[in-house]
Amino acid sequence: MTLFPGMFHEAWIAMGANRLRTTLTMLGMIIGVASVVLMVSVVQGAQSTVQESINSLGNNTLVILSGSAMMTGGVRTDTGSAPTLTMADAEAIGELSGIAAYAPIHMGMAQLVYGSLNWNGRIFGATPGYLDVRFWPLVAGENFTESDLRSATRVALIGQTTAENLFAGEDPVGKTLRIGQAPFQILGVLDRKGQSFDGNDQDDVLIVPLTTAQRQIFGTPFQGSVRAILVRIERAELMPQIQTAIVDLLRQRHRLREGQENDFSLRDLAAIAQFATETTRTLSMLLGAIASVSLIVGGIGIMNIMLVSVTERTREIGIRLAIGARKIDVLTQFLMEAILISIAGCVIGLTLGIGGSILLHLSVEIPIVISGSSVIVAFFVAAATGIFFGFYPARKAARLDPIEALRYQ
Amino acid sequence: MRDTPVIAIRNLYKDYPTPAGAFPALKGVSLTVYPGEFVAVMGPSGSGKSTFMNILGCLDRPTSGDYELNGQNTAHLDKNATAKLRGQTLGFVFQGFNLLPRMNLEDNVSLPLVYSDVPKSKRRKRARQLLEKVGLVRYAASLPSRISGGQQQRVAIARALINRPSLILADEPTGNLDSHTSQEIMALFTNLNREGITIILVTHESEIAIHARRLVRFRDGVIVQDAPTRQASAKVKP
Repeated sequence: MTLFPGMFHEAWIAMGANRLRTTLTMLGMIIGVASVVLMVSVVQGAQSTVQESINSLGNNTLVILSGSAMMTGGVRTDTGSAPTLTMADAEAIGELSGIAAYAPIHMGMAQLVYGSLNWNGRIFGATPGYLDVRFWPLVAGENFTESDLRSATRVALIGQTTAENLFAGEDPVGKTLRIGQAPFQILGVLDRKGQSFDGNDQDDVLIVPLTTAQRQIFGTPFQGSVRAILVRIERAELMPQIQTAIVDLLRQRHRLREGQENDFSLRDLAAIAQFATETTRTLSMLLGAIASVSLIVGGIGIMNIMLVSVTERTREIGIRLAIGARKIDVLTQFLMEAILISIAGCVIGLTLGIGGSILLHLSVEIPIVISGSSVIVAFFVAAATGIFFGFYPARKAARLDPIEALRYQ
Repeated sequence: MRDTPVIAIRNLYKDYPTPAGAFPALKGVSLTVYPGEFVAVMGPSGSGKSTFMNILGCLDRPTSGDYELNGQNTAHLDKNATAKLRGQTLGFVFQGFNLLPRMNLEDNVSLPLVYSDVPKSKRRKRARQLLEKVGLVRYAASLPSRISGGQQQRVAIARALINRPSLILADEPTGNLDSHTSQEIMALFTNLNREGITIILVTHESEIAIHARRLVRFRDGVIVQDAPTRQASAKVKP
């Protein structure tokens, strides 16, 4: 097939003969491909962010929040504000089968002070098992122990954000910070966790023993009460039955009669995660569809110009047929031009799309993911568009009657 | 007594469908052309000579009758086979030169070789040889628009010759040229014919036809005259 490189060369010459028109034709393809790449990279970036926060939460995690306090006027306060869950509830839940780990927590805000620096940060009172439930490793130092919990010692684990704000580059392990007047010794530094779903910085945290938080920081009137219990189950399939078991157990422990509302609530993080994943998937499909429309518009642009080109070059086609070109040769020639235009447009579009994504990432700090597969798919879609929309004009050219074509002025 | 005829045509008919019924363009034409002949075809407009040339060039098919090219009946050939005949057995020279404007002369001349899958280096070599033959090798890299009409026609003749065809079909090759340039082109054809190339040439000018050695005259779809020209009797080859 010595014909092929010759055809390629000729298609190249034909494209160069009318540069403005070729460029304008390509523009449709360029915009189409660039928008596909841009949208895909942004959506995949969003998806990966969501995935990260899902992973950081732990997939098989369940949160039990203590119920909202029902005031007499029917005004309800936030969930977790009434102390209905206790340490004992948490221990009872831990006894259920299918529970991998559990951690009662008590949280709040407090002013932290170290030297001349201070920071209003979140405080988590938790058990040593909390890190295990959250899959949250330490990067330095060590966890506090059951004995710290029993004796409510003033020790703490520090999150990355809190550490940066208070210690500004110093190694916090072994240092002592103050909450109010009380000194707390830093035992360990938590690994970076990133943002949660709701945009909270999970690294803005100081974890102290639950008992310390209850008695010494927040001072609850109900000894042993916790705001929430975090539970990690063994397998995702167990989620529904464990939820039922926990509800039954807590209703029984809280002596709630039939028809009485729960004084606690359950949140299944897997459900939230699934919802988030589905949302981004829908978004990506929507954006993909919009981008595909621009590809089709680009393809129609190519078809339009190829039809004009075939009409313009009728005489040329006649000459070629007269000197021995077969139908297939003419067909290949015009198809090649269409494909070359769409592939060239595609390459420029890819460059612009990737460049645009990177620019967007640098300027607005949108997370982006440029996947090789999306680039390859865009390339082949463009080539296919060229073939699809180039075929009709090319066939029209190949079917010309040589006598008529030669007579064409 | 002689070789296989290049062209053997017997009883050729061609009808064109019109709203008023079939219009007969050719009404029983028979013609035999042997290798090395130089035939001029004359006739007024509408006499059927263009239709005849189209059929000779395998661009059109007769309604009935036989057309043998180099002893091969063309009636049963498919379109790819006729395309091959056009590219390799026939060479076309047109009134309007019909060079491709965007290609340089070398590429124009070698274009038929592209369609017969000849490798690039060979194409170049052959194209150069033929441009040399028509005296235009110095313009090999120029575009057709850079040279005169007469020169373009010489390039077109070089293109027609590139596949060493058995037959050159020239349709009013001097129609767009002044008389001086016409004479040059006819001299080129005469030389080619002396080298043994068979030529059939359509013209309506008798001073052009006179260069040929045989004259065929069409009128109303039939051949009304088929005779040697004075040229033929004047220049008998030794």
